[in-house]
Amino acid sequence: MKRLLQIREAGTFALLVVVVLAAYLKDHRFLEPASINNILLWVPLLLVVGMGQMMVIVTRGIDVSVGSMLGFAGIVVGMLFKSHPDLNIYLGLAIGCGVGLALGLINGGLIALAKVPPIIATLGTLSAYRGFVFIVSKGDQVDGNYLPDGLTDWSMTGPLHLGGVTVPWLLVYAAVVALAVGAFLKYTVTGRNVFALGSNPDAAALRGIPVKRVLMIVYGVTGALSGIAGVLYASRYGFVNPGSVGQGFELTVIAAVVIGGTNVFGGSGSVLGVVLGSLLLACVSVALAVLGIAATWQLLVYGFVILLALILDGSLQRWMASRTEAA
Amino acid sequence: MDGLAHGGRLKKIWSRPEIVPAILLLIAFYAGAKQSPFFLDARYLFDATSLYVETGLVALGMTLIIISGNIDLSVGSSVALVGCVVAKLMASGVPVPVACLAGLALGSLLGLANGLLVARLRLPSFLVTLSTMALYRGVAQVLLDTSSVPLPESFVGVDKFHVAKTPIPAPLLVLLVTALIVGLVLHRTVFGRWVFALGTNESASVYSGVPTARVKVLIFTITGLLAGFGGLFIDSRLAYARFDLANGMELDAITAVVLGGASIAGGQGTIGGTVIALFLVATVKTGMGLANVKAEYQLAVIGTLLILSVIVTNVIKSRSSRRA
Repeated sequence: MKRLLQIREAGTFALLVVVVLAAYLKDHRFLEPASINNILLWVPLLLVVGMGQMMVIVTRGIDVSVGSMLGFAGIVVGMLFKSHPDLNIYLGLAIGCGVGLALGLINGGLIALAKVPPIIATLGTLSAYRGFVFIVSKGDQVDGNYLPDGLTDWSMTGPLHLGGVTVPWLLVYAAVVALAVGAFLKYTVTGRNVFALGSNPDAAALRGIPVKRVLMIVYGVTGALSGIAGVLYASRYGFVNPGSVGQGFELTVIAAVVIGGTNVFGGSGSVLGVVLGSLLLACVSVALAVLGIAATWQLLVYGFVILLALILDGSLQRWMASRTEAA
Repeated sequence: MDGLAHGGRLKKIWSRPEIVPAILLLIAFYAGAKQSPFFLDARYLFDATSLYVETGLVALGMTLIIISGNIDLSVGSSVALVGCVVAKLMASGVPVPVACLAGLALGSLLGLANGLLVARLRLPSFLVTLSTMALYRGVAQVLLDTSSVPLPESFVGVDKFHVAKTPIPAPLLVLLVTALIVGLVLHRTVFGRWVFALGTNESASVYSGVPTARVKVLIFTITGLLAGFGGLFIDSRLAYARFDLANGMELDAITAVVLGGASIAGGQGTIGGTVIALFLVATVKTGMGLANVKAEYQLAVIGTLLILSVIVTNVIKSRSSRRA
């Protein structure tokens, strides 16, 4: 399993190099500061939500409601900033996280306690939570002038400047989340249980792993991270529109996570893989824009990327199986 | 196990999976009739069914797929892609019958691709069809961008035809006939037994000689073909094609199948249940439409309905297994 993951991570890295080189050779503007800044702004949202999605896929599940959870937290926090202009932005971030956690726990309850299959549960909440977004906001957008400057600064300033490139605070926060999730998976019992559960759910239950609790935690954390991403979204885009906030984001995230080497059959995945996958998808998206390929291609590219990762995983799996049989 | 025949003793009827959606349908009807006087106008009601014929065709295929223990999220995108390609073909002068056949072939091909990926590479169907859901609609989007392509007048308006001297629109008749055929295949043939066997216990069915891979490929292809028909109907009904046709259709179709008593874990379900539940979904949506409920709220209601129906089925199942 570990070898497989390393092969997949190396593959993602190679693909990343190919994409960057191809885009650069086609148009040198791809590696100019403006484009790099753009890539660095793409990564944080993907990375934060991708951390949760990776854990979910490791447990053999899926969460397609992340875009709607992001949207709900984003609109709630946006409206709070509108009604309470002097709300502390870190408190806003915490509220977004809490709102997301609540929604994620609902998903977890449906899946772990009510035994609804993850794809059905989160397909249902994808629509239900999006409905909540419209109910809460009455369909109104939160305009940029209601968002505090401190919040939008997260995407425009940062601790590190190299030439014209700024490493935004958004990326710093995303990196903190990634490190925290990495430590959780590596050093805590619950974290190890996530992998045990994904490798063999029946054995995990027999060995006394609290399956229900692990699932609640995984889906709850994914909700909380989507909620954080909702606040980061407000910072990055400078407004929150109930129709577009997080709409379709689940596809981008799942693409980043599975192309980053998370095994679609469950049981393995890594923080590094998701980082590489997010970077790859960010580069692809920015490259499409720089090369003048219209946004119309985006959906096709995401679909193709996920399919590619699936076929790769499926073939690798069969190849490994045939090797162990021969040995 | 037969969803089409009737009769038998009262007790037998009560234990049938169709009973829950049938009762809900009556309740929804009553609520709808109280809500708006238009609701009980037979002609209006029958014509309203035309809006759900594409969803219905797709739901028939989805019933087979869910009974086999799989799922197909790409149906809405397949309908859209077929709709767009057929419209493009007709707009560029291809004769109507040829374009229709090409559309059906394309639909089958899209389903075949899903089936091969699921059966040959043994990939989880929810991930395969999640990616083709994006891919198929992505291709449609690249083909048409944001433009809408009009369809030739001779092809438009299938929903305006009615069966002679009745208020039954032609698409509804097509749906019911197709349901009868799929129902017979599922409940009266060896192939149908194989679909149930696959969903009940896949490894056991392999050992008992069921050609599992072929069955899987076939049910996805059938669903693709039905999506192809859906693409033709939606084109004819709307008179234009856009890449965002049939957006979210998979949710309605899956909801209808699960509400109709199919077990999402596989091995259980009837075509009759799906048809009744389809009318339930259609009634609820029509009622909400008449009550001016916004599209986003309707989506939320259907999503909640889906989850509730799975939970209710789970509860009933665990209760009856405890008693046994």
